[in-house]
Amino acid sequence: MSLSLHHLLRVFLLAVCCTLGSAHAAPSTETLARLADDDSDTRIAAIAELGAEGSAQSVALLDALADEALALTGDGHLVILTDTGALDAASGEAIEPYPDDADPLMINNRVRNALQSAKAATNIRASDRSTRLAAAQLLRDSASELLMPILEPALATEQDKEIRSILALAVARVNLASAEPAKRILAAQRLGDSSDASVKAMLATLLDKDAKGQFIEPDAEVRAAAKASVQAIERRLAMADLASTAFTGLSLGSILLLAALGLAITYGVMGVINMAHGELLMVGAYATYVVQGLFRSYLPDYVDSYVLAAVPVAFLAAAAVGMLMERTVIRWLYGRPLETLLATWGLSLVLIQTARVIFGPQNVEVANPAWMSGGVSTYADIVLPWNRLVIIGFAIFVLLLVWLMMQKTRLGMFVRAVTQNRAMAGCVGVPTARIDTLAFGIGAGIAGLGGCALSQVANVGPAMGQGYIVDSFMVVVLGGVGQLAGAVTAAMGLGLMTKILEGWAGAVVAKILVLVFIIIFIQKRPQGLFALKGRFVED
Amino acid sequence: MKTRRSFIKALTLSASLAAMGSVSTFAQAADTIKVGVLHSLSGTMAISETALKNVALMAIDEINAAGGVMGKQLEPVVVDPASNWPLFAEKARQLLSQDKVAVTFGCWTSVSRKSVNPVFKELNGLLFYPVQYEGEELEKNVFYTGAAPNQQAIPAVEYLMSKDGGEAKRFVLLGTDYVYPRTTNKILRAFLHSKGVKDEDIMEEYTPFGHSDYQTIIANIKKFAAAGKKTAVVSTINGDSNVPFYKELGNAGLKATDVPVVAFSVGEEELRGVDAKPLVGHLAAWNYFMSVKNPTNAAFIKKYQDWAKKNGVPNADTVVTNDPMEATYVGIYMWKQAVEQAKTTDVDAVIAALGGQTFKAPSGFTLTMDKTNHHLHKPVLIGEVRADGQFSTVWKTKAPIRAQPWSPYIAGNEAKQNM
Repeated sequence: MSLSLHHLLRVFLLAVCCTLGSAHAAPSTETLARLADDDSDTRIAAIAELGAEGSAQSVALLDALADEALALTGDGHLVILTDTGALDAASGEAIEPYPDDADPLMINNRVRNALQSAKAATNIRASDRSTRLAAAQLLRDSASELLMPILEPALATEQDKEIRSILALAVARVNLASAEPAKRILAAQRLGDSSDASVKAMLATLLDKDAKGQFIEPDAEVRAAAKASVQAIERRLAMADLASTAFTGLSLGSILLLAALGLAITYGVMGVINMAHGELLMVGAYATYVVQGLFRSYLPDYVDSYVLAAVPVAFLAAAAVGMLMERTVIRWLYGRPLETLLATWGLSLVLIQTARVIFGPQNVEVANPAWMSGGVSTYADIVLPWNRLVIIGFAIFVLLLVWLMMQKTRLGMFVRAVTQNRAMAGCVGVPTARIDTLAFGIGAGIAGLGGCALSQVANVGPAMGQGYIVDSFMVVVLGGVGQLAGAVTAAMGLGLMTKILEGWAGAVVAKILVLVFIIIFIQKRPQGLFALKGRFVED
Repeated sequence: MKTRRSFIKALTLSASLAAMGSVSTFAQAADTIKVGVLHSLSGTMAISETALKNVALMAIDEINAAGGVMGKQLEPVVVDPASNWPLFAEKARQLLSQDKVAVTFGCWTSVSRKSVNPVFKELNGLLFYPVQYEGEELEKNVFYTGAAPNQQAIPAVEYLMSKDGGEAKRFVLLGTDYVYPRTTNKILRAFLHSKGVKDEDIMEEYTPFGHSDYQTIIANIKKFAAAGKKTAVVSTINGDSNVPFYKELGNAGLKATDVPVVAFSVGEEELRGVDAKPLVGHLAAWNYFMSVKNPTNAAFIKKYQDWAKKNGVPNADTVVTNDPMEATYVGIYMWKQAVEQAKTTDVDAVIAALGGQTFKAPSGFTLTMDKTNHHLHKPVLIGEVRADGQFSTVWKTKAPIRAQPWSPYIAGNEAKQNM
């Protein structure tokens, strides 16, 4: 990679010297022919020439090649394919009729890299800030002696603080190999501001000794500066490591919480061992899939907001299935946990098979909307993916909703009353049977919301719920039955623990260790983290 | 009344006479050859295996329309082992002893193949296994139409180490935790050692089947890649875990120009469920790509798309073909040729006739079944993901190469090259 870049830049600089001041001519046919060559080296040289020339037509050519829109016709002409027609690559004029035999030129990663570098070298002078920022980041990561004629003027004229600091790092990276010790010291100090592990590796080599036991870097001051910078970067990387583990743990915790919240109501509050809980998640996820399909066919302009519409639909769909389950099966089995367990397990099989019949046995594709794709780059280059950020926010929202519903509404009060003392609640006029149905429906609906969220990060298939039923019960049992606070603590705790263990021992061992931990924990403290206290406990 | 009975009698007689005349000697009521199709149609592997069942049925339809095998129609027996490895063995036993199939096309994961091997051996059945795998195995009753490590994994890593592949010096070996990734990575580690790559430049990571949270692993790859040397990821992740893996890869902004990922079990079918735009440039190594341009392939794709539409395959307008589908298709035709050459479906006779069979495959090459080692001679293609979820070939071998099921990079294998 660095070799090809050097080569590219040498040609680039040479070309700059030759063409400065001369009028921009159309790219020669010979350059064009080399652009379509089979050999990557030849193509990269041609790309460098075009990039250096920098005329509008050359930039258009490079863009077309990067988008794989540059094509070779049957008779060996290069054309640029656009949405509206085909343009001649040399002149930029439209070609009539459209060449049907045009075959787009393929590029590999090496050519793609050369294209990006050529683009970055021109983009660093662009007027748009984000274009310049992206170009600066690319140049920073590939900085070398040959880039200095581009980097130094760019640094001198750049006004934006963030881009300046990136360019300064790039210049420092190059100066680290400078012949003057003073420049090296300055560069080594400067690089202490970086939070890039590869810079740390670069500085660390200065502190190494060669085969004869001599330091590779002869100047002790430079070594001292490098050492200080390495330590500064290490501190920052350690922080970043901690922060990213915390984020991944919270993200997993929020997913576990969404999966388990519904169960916290149906099992935790109502005491129904609902083995079909996972399938209620599945119903929510499929509801999201159906909404996505409807948006794609009827509202293609608003397809990115399908997730918002899917939230209430997932809730209602899962709540309806849950209430139906309660009315037809579960209500006859209250107080008989073993039978409930078997019956709901049977129901889960029925639901899985129904999904298989309706949607087919294969996973279905639920796409992230554009605003949930990609991520936001934060401190020390940690990328926080949008879909995970949104899910953490959604988990907080659902939690708030459940809390408000249970604590602030009449229905919530009735549910709590029935849970605490069914006979007494009935005596004062609470319609206990209806409250059971509604409470179960709400628990199922919350599970549907969880399924909607899961569809954004995991696979949606008929058996998807099976993977979450164990996790959900783990969260509820660990947290303590009947306590929302317990479920939250348990979900976050399990999420963080899994992620810390995973980073240390790998995914397979982490899973085993978490299960072992829970077995030991439940033996020592069967009532879970937060136990209910008071008179009604023994009921 | 009497006339009608005699009419029926005459009809039956003439029909059976006709059957005896045209078809060989036995006069069974339904004169068909049963063919088993043993692929998971549900569970974590359904994403990959359902298409193989479809292409097997398509090939059978095609053969039947062209007059069958030795004049007999093929009758497919489709079973669903549901990504459940012990169930594979049960279903295989059912196919062989109950349905009495002449041949079975099936399995994807090596763990499922290992689970059915003893059954095929015990009941002397015939299995065509269409997926690239780790080698280290040679069963008399199995024909391997997928790639052995030297036809996929080794060339792919060699490509990554080449100039065009980015001259990778550090490798992450990432896989699902079962026999195929573990063995492949063992071979690759030995191969990398032979190329001078040290253990500290190799990171090995495994996840359970169906794993869906790849945050930690992607963060670890980023960290590993930051050590200054060019890093590449070799992925042997199988099944639907690939969707969250590639989603996370795209969201975390790990680009192919920084850290290329080459996958051995990801093809066109697996990428259907993913937005391929952030994945442009990541690689896959196979022996066939749907994007390969030649008349045989164009006809193959057309046939499959038409078949999918006619048979109501879900999302029939976007169906794709991939390498294991091609391997299934080639396997069925080679079996047909061998049966016609042996003039019987008897397993031992067919096994003897299979060696040396050739078939013009959609990959554009004429593939040969090796005379001794039950593997195909296959070309190797390395492709980069395009924005539309297809692959563009960036490297390929000039001719098909012979399989080495016993990798020379594992000690003690030197003497085991043939049956």
